[in-house]
Amino acid sequence: MKLMRIKAIVKKESIQILRDPLSLAMAFLMPVMLLFIFGYAITMDVDNLSTVVYDRDKSSMSREFIAEFRESRYFTIVGYAEKQADIDRYIDSGTARVAISIPEDFSKSMKTGRNAEIQVAVDGSDSNTATIALGYISAISELYSQRIKKNPVASFNSPHSGREGEAGVPAKRVVALHEEGATQAPLIAAPIVTSRVRVWYNPELKSRNFIVPGLIAVIMAIIAALLTSLTIAREWERGTMEQLISTPVKPPELIIGKLFTYFVIGLIDVLMSTLIGIYLFDVPLKGSPLLLMMLSGLFLFGGLSLGILISVATKSQLIASQVSIIASYLPALLLSGFMFSISNMPAPLQIVTYIIPARYFVTMLKAIYLKGSALNLLVFETVLLSIFGFLVFMTANRKFKKRIE
Amino acid sequence: MKEKPSNPDDFSSNTAVSVTNITRTFGDFVAVDNISLSVKKGEIFGFLGPNGAGKSTTIKMLCGLLMPSGGTGFVGGYDIVKQSEEIKRTIGYMSQKFSLYDDLTVEENIDFFSGIYGVPDRKKTGRKEWVLGMTELGNRKTNLTGTLPGGIKQRLALGCAILHEPPIIFLDEPTSGVDPISRRNFWNLIYEMSKSGTTTFVTTHYMDEAEYCDRLALIYRGRIIAHGTPGELKEDYMKRDVLEIEVYKVIEAMDILRMHDIETAIFGSSLHATLEDGDKAIPVIKRVLGEARIEVGKIEKIVPSLEDVFVTLIETS
Repeated sequence: MKLMRIKAIVKKESIQILRDPLSLAMAFLMPVMLLFIFGYAITMDVDNLSTVVYDRDKSSMSREFIAEFRESRYFTIVGYAEKQADIDRYIDSGTARVAISIPEDFSKSMKTGRNAEIQVAVDGSDSNTATIALGYISAISELYSQRIKKNPVASFNSPHSGREGEAGVPAKRVVALHEEGATQAPLIAAPIVTSRVRVWYNPELKSRNFIVPGLIAVIMAIIAALLTSLTIAREWERGTMEQLISTPVKPPELIIGKLFTYFVIGLIDVLMSTLIGIYLFDVPLKGSPLLLMMLSGLFLFGGLSLGILISVATKSQLIASQVSIIASYLPALLLSGFMFSISNMPAPLQIVTYIIPARYFVTMLKAIYLKGSALNLLVFETVLLSIFGFLVFMTANRKFKKRIE
Repeated sequence: MKEKPSNPDDFSSNTAVSVTNITRTFGDFVAVDNISLSVKKGEIFGFLGPNGAGKSTTIKMLCGLLMPSGGTGFVGGYDIVKQSEEIKRTIGYMSQKFSLYDDLTVEENIDFFSGIYGVPDRKKTGRKEWVLGMTELGNRKTNLTGTLPGGIKQRLALGCAILHEPPIIFLDEPTSGVDPISRRNFWNLIYEMSKSGTTTFVTTHYMDEAEYCDRLALIYRGRIIAHGTPGELKEDYMKRDVLEIEVYKVIEAMDILRMHDIETAIFGSSLHATLEDGDKAIPVIKRVLGEARIEVGKIEKIVPSLEDVFVTLIETS
């Protein structure tokens, strides 16, 4: 192995990438674009639910109760119904996705210490949003009734004293009745057992906080395989490979030279994505940035080697790029634990996830970002990623023949 | 870690390339059929044949790029089957397709191959200057290679393939698609290198280029149908005479001669007639053309060109 030859290849590859606008765009623009598209598109948070209110009580107390919803960022009141039929109209037309109906005896019941029942209808055509909405409603109602119980007078004077702190409490006691795509749920206020929930690692339960680190892993999986998948195939297609294999260059020298160039690009991409995550998406990085870069490097080694292997095996840019997208993107998206929790998968599928490098990288990034984990907690992932990278790299070297078949 | 040549007798002797009975098949198609040949050190060896005859397949096997289906061969004393990597350290190869990087500048291409061939640092600058000199690209070294004209590209490709001063070079159709003046220049380069002891194995389908070679092999449909020096080939294989006939109305004259069963072809502004006995035919031709009122200039027996030889050989094989 000669350093001189590796250097020559690194220099050549760098010049070629820098000179080709398409390669440049793919190397530096594509990851950023993917991060933007996915970062803004994938959100599991439910905000600003359009809500219609049917206040039959029309008391100061019922208005205060409605204000609780209005003040929270989860609900936006889009209209007030005058009769029951209005609610149907709002939900049917899609103008509102939630309807809150306050009974005539609402304030009377509250003042006399009886349970007040409000009626809630939620558009169940998006069941995920519906479930979360029910959770929010139940939480806001509980908080409100607790406050009234403790300090009935204060509640009249300062309607905004209780903020919607604990969000996302699951709808425990909601019985959902399906009726024309809508869920009707009677809510009983004043619970007997109160749970004080504390969420670790992501106290605000912002889905973006765990989506962005996972997303960086998925994007890097695609970019890594895609970048290198073209390099060997391109040389075969352009005829330059025939010249290269007639020289004394050794397969590891050629592969390392190409890997190194794209490795640097990959690290720059990780750095850019991390900075975008921190400054644009407000995702805090709790762990060590150095560890993040080191483990990203390890992942890139495997991912880039996979691209080289695909390129060596296919010898065609078109096929190589398609194979690499399928081989990297699909598993990274579906089986890495990024979108769907691995523990919820059927057992055979869970076993499959062990051969998907993105699985370890998603775990690593989430741990470093959210928990601030150090390397000692990521030994398993580090070891398996190393094995993966090593095996793929060796296979690519063995598969690369300095002969025309 | 240079391994010893496995055929030291051959290496120390005067032979640069020797192959015995090599064959290469692609499925049912036999591209190279039982070829044997040898090239002496310092020789310019021409490998001649029409497109698809098996020239490139043979040259790729010699360079260690393609595994032969059968037979043995040695290049620089190294076995083409078992020591292909040793061969690659000994040779320079210029493939038929233009194989430099179009998106790199002249200088960057030279530097790249200099690095790949492991040209030592102390020689690097000198070799680069040499290539820039032979390509006359000294003042265009920062031009992108893709923008150069074809002839200069070919010279640059040759320059890059021999940066490491290999003792044996293989050139696969180096002048195809290059204008005549550039071809001439290219051959001058090959001559110069040959003078300094480099062995050159060159394939071509240009018959006129064959005349520049020390020795030739004619390949047709995967088989060698003739070999020897250009002079030997003409003497041994061309039993018939060729007459050069100067006429003004070439096409009419050709038609008339063909009507009299005389094999005739147009060569520039004159005709070539191929016959068993030229001396006897001269008065006949004069009479026939005279009767048709076609003015005839000089008629003389000439030494046949390799093209005449090759056409005859293919017709008889």
